[in-house]
Amino acid sequence: MEIDPFIFRLSIFILSIFVGYYVVWSVTPSLHTPLMSVTNAISSVIIVGAIIASLSGNDEAIFTSSSIYGFLAIILAAVNIFGGFLVTQRMLAMYKKKKKDK
Amino acid sequence: MSANLSAILYLISGVLFILALRGLSSPETSRQGNLFGIIGMIIAVSVTFLSVGNFSSGFIYVLIFLTFGGSIGAFIAYRIPMTAMPELVAGFHSLVGLAAVFVAISAFLNPEAFNLGSPGNIKLASLIEMAIGGAVGAITFSGSVIAFLKLQGIMSGAPITFKGQHFLNALILISIIVLTFYLCTTQSSNLFWILIAISFLIGFLIIIPIGGADMPVVISMLNSYSGWAAAGIGFTLENTALIITGALVGSSGAILSYIMCKGMNRSFFSVILGGFGGSEQSTKNQNKEQRPVKSGNADDAAFLMKNASSVIIVPGYGMAVAQAQHALREMVDTLKKNGIKVSYAIHPVAGRMPGHMNVLLAEANVPYDEVFELEEINNDFANADVAFVIGANDVTNPVAKTDPQSPIYGMPVLDVEKCKSVLFVKRSLSPGYAGIDNDLFYKENTLMLFADAKKMTEDITKNL
Repeated sequence: MEIDPFIFRLSIFILSIFVGYYVVWSVTPSLHTPLMSVTNAISSVIIVGAIIASLSGNDEAIFTSSSIYGFLAIILAAVNIFGGFLVTQRMLAMYKKKKKDK
Repeated sequence: MSANLSAILYLISGVLFILALRGLSSPETSRQGNLFGIIGMIIAVSVTFLSVGNFSSGFIYVLIFLTFGGSIGAFIAYRIPMTAMPELVAGFHSLVGLAAVFVAISAFLNPEAFNLGSPGNIKLASLIEMAIGGAVGAITFSGSVIAFLKLQGIMSGAPITFKGQHFLNALILISIIVLTFYLCTTQSSNLFWILIAISFLIGFLIIIPIGGADMPVVISMLNSYSGWAAAGIGFTLENTALIITGALVGSSGAILSYIMCKGMNRSFFSVILGGFGGSEQSTKNQNKEQRPVKSGNADDAAFLMKNASSVIIVPGYGMAVAQAQHALREMVDTLKKNGIKVSYAIHPVAGRMPGHMNVLLAEANVPYDEVFELEEINNDFANADVAFVIGANDVTNPVAKTDPQSPIYGMPVLDVEKCKSVLFVKRSLSPGYAGIDNDLFYKENTLMLFADAKKMTEDITKNL
């Protein structure tokens, strides 16, 4: 009997939860704010779905009831991707070690 | 592009996201981690374009909207002050939530585009997945909007409670499950819209009763929800990158909520059920006798610190409000020039989100190896000469260790009172967010400095 592909995706999901669990516990508490902003940015990979949705129309009908939601989702996700990664970068650039000669 | 190749590339981008989080285990590797995250995102987006393979005029619109959203995001990222990070993160969560809702709606209206069947005949598993993704996304959206409004001060931080609240919430949650069930059997679009609508409502209802001091938990919780919403959509789209990311973000937010709850000695459920900070006030007023406090000025504080050999700084949310982090670092620089050892002590729930204080100190050029967490530094208070408490309150309250009646009893606190002397910068004697009087104010060795945190710090620097 063949295994439903859903089961494979479920396995990936469950294992990723465990990976996430161990990886996040190793994050130093002083970087918890960047952690939140970067998780925010990567969860915007939902833009993948938005792109598929917005390209579902053809040349005659680019804006269908379904693709409009896709376009809206693209804007929202793009704000998050750029905003999330850039603000994280800005924060991380501020973390400096003590200068030795001081 | 073949389906197998794109699946592998999505997997790679998922792995890059794992590495992005892994990088955050130390500040040195964190910047590289962020770069991995960006590469992962570029791969995911490019693969999607190539696998859809539709480079018609619709593609131009996608690029236009992408650039439009991206410029808004970039603009916000560069302009936002570091003190406003909690609001920003809450705002961003709401966008992820809403994007998930839109993708779910789009998939429901046009399932052919996603290979999920046809309208009215959507595959059962896909329907359940998009219902979950859409509902969790809607909860994330409305919940984050409320959190954002509370953090911005547009809405009062006080908990809003009413009779029958828990009953109503339970009723709505049950109806979400029932609706999902009927949606699957009837495929009715009306039910789908109702499901989304009441999910927006429940997100709103579960956040309004939660008070300002519990915001770190709320933000982490919404972080977690945004991840689960993404994972739900990931199952619908059969996309590995989205499933991996959703699981990572979901567990990350859950862990942060747990750490925050532990930092306040509160169970997750008592936070969710809400009402902290409002109900205790009435009992507190009864036994409030006037007790003597010693207060001083910048001159006294400077004198005490000049004669100390080690000083521990305890920052809190008040420092963020007063934007005092730069003034504080200048004061510390002057102290260091006088050969005084200075370190910073940070409580897990100081501020309005996890790690809030660390970012502010980093912004003010404080080296991160001078900043310590509660467990690392708590024993040092007994050997330090001066503790300088700036904008923190409840996290220093010794009542948490001595009075089992207190609502914060059992919460881990910084042992500030063990220092030889304590300088407490505060605008007035008013209690903190938990609504509890701080015993530390009345201790023999405490000197209260009643002033704006920034102004007081600047004055002390002048007097050093």
